[in-house]
Amino acid sequence: MSTRTMQFRIYRYDPDKDEKPYMQDISVELDHHDRKLLDALVKLKAKDDTLSFRRSCREGVCGSDAMNINGKNGLACLTDIASLKQPVTLRPLPGLPVVRDLFVDMTQFFKQYHSIKPYLINNDPPPETERLQSPEERAELDGLYECILCACCTTACPSFWWNPDKYVGPAGLLQAYRFIADSRDQATSARLDDLEDPYRLFRCRSIMNCVDVCPKGLNPMRAIGKIKDAMTKRAV
Amino acid sequence: MDISKRTFDAVIVGAGGAGLRAAIQLSESGLKTAVLTKVFPTRSHTVAAQGGVAASLGNSEEDHWHWHMYDTVKGSDWLGDQDAIEFMCRKANEVVIELEHYGMPFDRTEAGRIYQRPFGGHMSNFGEKPVRRSCAAADRTGHAMLHALYQRNVRANTQFFVEWMALDLIRDADGDVLGVTALEMETGEIVAFQAKATIFATGGAGRIFHSSTNAFINTGDGLGMAARAGIPLEDMEFSQYHPTGVDAAGVLITEGVRGEGGIQRNSSGERFMERYAPNAKDLASRDVVSRAMVTEINEGRGCGPHKDYVQLDLSHLDPQVIMHRLPGIREISIQFAGADPIREPIPVVPTAHYQMGGIPTNHHGRVVMPRDGDANAPVTGFYAAGECACTSVHGANRLGTNSLLDLLVFGKSSGESASEDVRRMPKAHKPLPQEALERSVERVRRLDAQQGGADVHETRLALQRTMQNHCGVFRFADRLKEGVSRILEVQRDVQRTAIGDKSKVFNTARVEALELDNLIEVAVATLVSAEARKESRGAHVRDDAPDTPEHPNGRDDQNWLRHTLWFRDGNRLEYKPVQLTPLSVDTIELKKRAY
Repeated sequence: MSTRTMQFRIYRYDPDKDEKPYMQDISVELDHHDRKLLDALVKLKAKDDTLSFRRSCREGVCGSDAMNINGKNGLACLTDIASLKQPVTLRPLPGLPVVRDLFVDMTQFFKQYHSIKPYLINNDPPPETERLQSPEERAELDGLYECILCACCTTACPSFWWNPDKYVGPAGLLQAYRFIADSRDQATSARLDDLEDPYRLFRCRSIMNCVDVCPKGLNPMRAIGKIKDAMTKRAV
Repeated sequence: MDISKRTFDAVIVGAGGAGLRAAIQLSESGLKTAVLTKVFPTRSHTVAAQGGVAASLGNSEEDHWHWHMYDTVKGSDWLGDQDAIEFMCRKANEVVIELEHYGMPFDRTEAGRIYQRPFGGHMSNFGEKPVRRSCAAADRTGHAMLHALYQRNVRANTQFFVEWMALDLIRDADGDVLGVTALEMETGEIVAFQAKATIFATGGAGRIFHSSTNAFINTGDGLGMAARAGIPLEDMEFSQYHPTGVDAAGVLITEGVRGEGGIQRNSSGERFMERYAPNAKDLASRDVVSRAMVTEINEGRGCGPHKDYVQLDLSHLDPQVIMHRLPGIREISIQFAGADPIREPIPVVPTAHYQMGGIPTNHHGRVVMPRDGDANAPVTGFYAAGECACTSVHGANRLGTNSLLDLLVFGKSSGESASEDVRRMPKAHKPLPQEALERSVERVRRLDAQQGGADVHETRLALQRTMQNHCGVFRFADRLKEGVSRILEVQRDVQRTAIGDKSKVFNTARVEALELDNLIEVAVATLVSAEARKESRGAHVRDDAPDTPEHPNGRDDQNWLRHTLWFRDGNRLEYKPVQLTPLSVDTIELKKRAY
């Protein structure tokens, strides 16, 4: 069976024993079954079990294994090994505190997600059957509901790096628009009020890093634009 | 060693579909509830479910819960309990509508109703022809569902303990369940969660197999904890192989592909399912399709240079159907098979997917086990729902879309039962038995101190290869026997695993070693139960129980129409009767299964 060696430079930090972070040079033998970066990481971990990273579904739907790969955020399980320049440099997602190795503390990211009230608000008594929604109304949610909360976009955004406590960030804003766009939701006006703020929404400077890195091909910039449109529309 | 204690009314272990549905019930009823989860809730494996959730809404054509019940009993090869199956099928519409009210973005019909597609084994009018029963959000139903359930929990202010791994079930001398011990991954601290109700919603253990559709986290933690605490595991020999995992990668391709018109072909391009299931064809039940595929491959009609897979062909479908109804599988196929299904077939093989067995429960979500002559005596304070539970609605073979239904119905009923029971219990919590807490501490201490032990990665690989080679789609008496002795050897290695990582902070080597403690319980239970069941039924088909006139399909109702109970202590097996009497309708009478 043919094997090939792959070189890595990986950000390492264990607060239990390291005074400060360092970059570890390490290589691993791969065979033809190994297609994705995550396959290589699993092999690396078999070699050195102290290497720590999150992973679960290995098919790009759970959002666990987001990391900075050769300078760009992405999911290890969807990144083709063949596409990577060596040594492959792996760092934790930028803009969030590092807990250990490739583990970041996601608290601030989820706090922003929770702040947009990510649930359907409809105070009418629920009908016996489903609430009706036309296929066209439902199509408004496409490109929004598929978000996997991996944080690739938000942690690639300089506006979030500067103001993680005040700026909702692209992932949170994409979800804010997912509920604004839902024909069954009744809280549009309150949702817009909440975002009409120099920081929460308007820190977006259209840098477009979010669109560039989203592993699901979603477009938070367009959602942010649509929120701004909705604000303009109600102002006139 | 002192370990700190946190006290709740209820503790739920697992935040996939079942755990989140139970949490909604408990949080909204005002009980102080903790949800422990190894991963952030939306990373749970429910997220990977694709094709839909079954409910006889009849939005596109006539349907009835009784037809759904018939299909489920038949799909189970009559091993499913008919009271639980009636309960689930009758509750389906209610829980799916609730989910829509929570905000679930189902696809829609022109009339604005929930979109439904056909799925394997789901038929109209008691087995006549395929019916549109699977309620779908494109091919991302699990993702849409898990997020909607999580979002409802955000609204309900549910308290989550994220990246906490439950270690052991706490039972006292009376056999009552009083909570769990758990490890906070970020700090390495072990804490006792004391609760009047403990609900397990820990999902499956697909990672006992080398090739599996399951996520890394699906290590059967609830089953391992239950087994170590003396609770039996039911019907573990029934492992479902999903017909369509991507060749080599194992990633799932939904049956919804065939529901939308996809066809499986062998090396000569033949639609081979016509020979195995003339009526339902590609939409026969999963066990039937998986066996047909393996037969094609074994008889030299597989595709590719090694003739070791079959092709799932969608190229005749309108590209718009693929883009709108199956966008996720197109992405998966391009990513993991390098094939765009609009133009090229997807290479697929049957892949380990689901465990029909689990922790024995009744349809109220209460865990039951034999006591004082009652085969189904409830264990006070203990509940289970979803894939980790055996209710048993799936019997010997689960129908597609019935798992998402199962976790909604029994997530809800376990939450309701727990909430009801907690309100009836005395105000004070029972004291925690010290030795039960010590056991968890000791397990971690042993692992940290182990020198020159067995490598976790290698031992897990040995476990997975043993299961793959000895407990496959077709089973053989001699290989099952050999498999049992092999897995007991692996078990000895699991008891002496060693890790290099000694850090307290996010020590994932430690987590993987503790997961292996659970995997081994499930693997042993599966092989021991499978070796003992000397018939073919549903997903369990063996060479020494062939199709004969006395035993159609190799099924032996006289001796084996009964549930297996495996006890960890000495690998003891007991059996209990199948509940053939439904709640309100007539028994669905035993007959030979054909599609």
